[in-house]
Amino acid sequence: MTRWMDEEAGPVVRPYALIGGRTRSSGDALDLVALVTATGAAPSGGFVPGPEQERILTLVTGATSVADVASELDLPLGVVRVLLGDLQDHGLISIGRASASERILKEVINGLRAL
Amino acid sequence: MDFEPSDEPVALKILIAGGFGVGKTTLVGAISEIRPLRTEEVLSDRGIGIDDVEGVEGKTTTTVAMDFGRITIREGLVVYLFGTPGQERFWFMWDELSYGALGAVVLADTRRLTDCFPSIDYFEQRGTPFIVAVNCFDGADRYDTEDVRSALDLDPDVPVLMCDVRRRASAKTVLITLVEHSLKVLTASQSSS
Repeated sequence: MTRWMDEEAGPVVRPYALIGGRTRSSGDALDLVALVTATGAAPSGGFVPGPEQERILTLVTGATSVADVASELDLPLGVVRVLLGDLQDHGLISIGRASASERILKEVINGLRAL
Repeated sequence: MDFEPSDEPVALKILIAGGFGVGKTTLVGAISEIRPLRTEEVLSDRGIGIDDVEGVEGKTTTTVAMDFGRITIREGLVVYLFGTPGQERFWFMWDELSYGALGAVVLADTRRLTDCFPSIDYFEQRGTPFIVAVNCFDGADRYDTEDVRSALDLDPDVPVLMCDVRRRASAKTVLITLVEHSLKVLTASQSSS
């Protein structure tokens, strides 16, 4: 088995063709539960979102986690991070990462009890 | 309950750790509102050489990548459960998974208690709040939580509980115990700073 071929899944290199072979971008540090939201801005500066990026923009009209975006698109996380990084660089999405306060944790405990 | 409509959406991350075959994916599946999104492979002959399945007969697949479930508490407040890869060749994913995590559940199997040592060491070193949940497998000897605590050399403030990860109610108790513990740790750190 070569590095780029998985017997079950087929070639693993292909998704990276979507991002011009890059494996790094400004999206590198994106946490799995960072929340992505489309800003609604129009693409500018000659940037044309690819088909996958268009799908992301449709998906994240409401805050959506990076993990959910990756599973919805059925693409490797590394690829999704690069796609998101590009969208962020061009102002088409905003990315938030709110931390847990005491109040939020209490709310989670109550919410879990009510399940 | 104080509810501020201006609240930013919040997504929280809980890790489910423990040795191979201990029931991480089952726990996620028991409580998640979505079928766990997972990347699993059926163990091939080649895989069996890598994964020690002694003592975990009946387990035919192993989680080799990201595996997560989701619980919506309310609109704008979602808890994600991430199963950590159970094999050492996937350790590189742990730092990323544990970054910003609310806490971790370390699942233990009393038949192979040493399997959870690496997870415990990891969370102790990182200062991630964690609890130990002992999954009571059919056919495994039952132990007292205090026996487990001393066998694992846990700090007295680390909660230890017995569970059956196949049962939703039990999975719920495990998560509540963890979040209560995380809250305690958070409150303590705030009052000391």
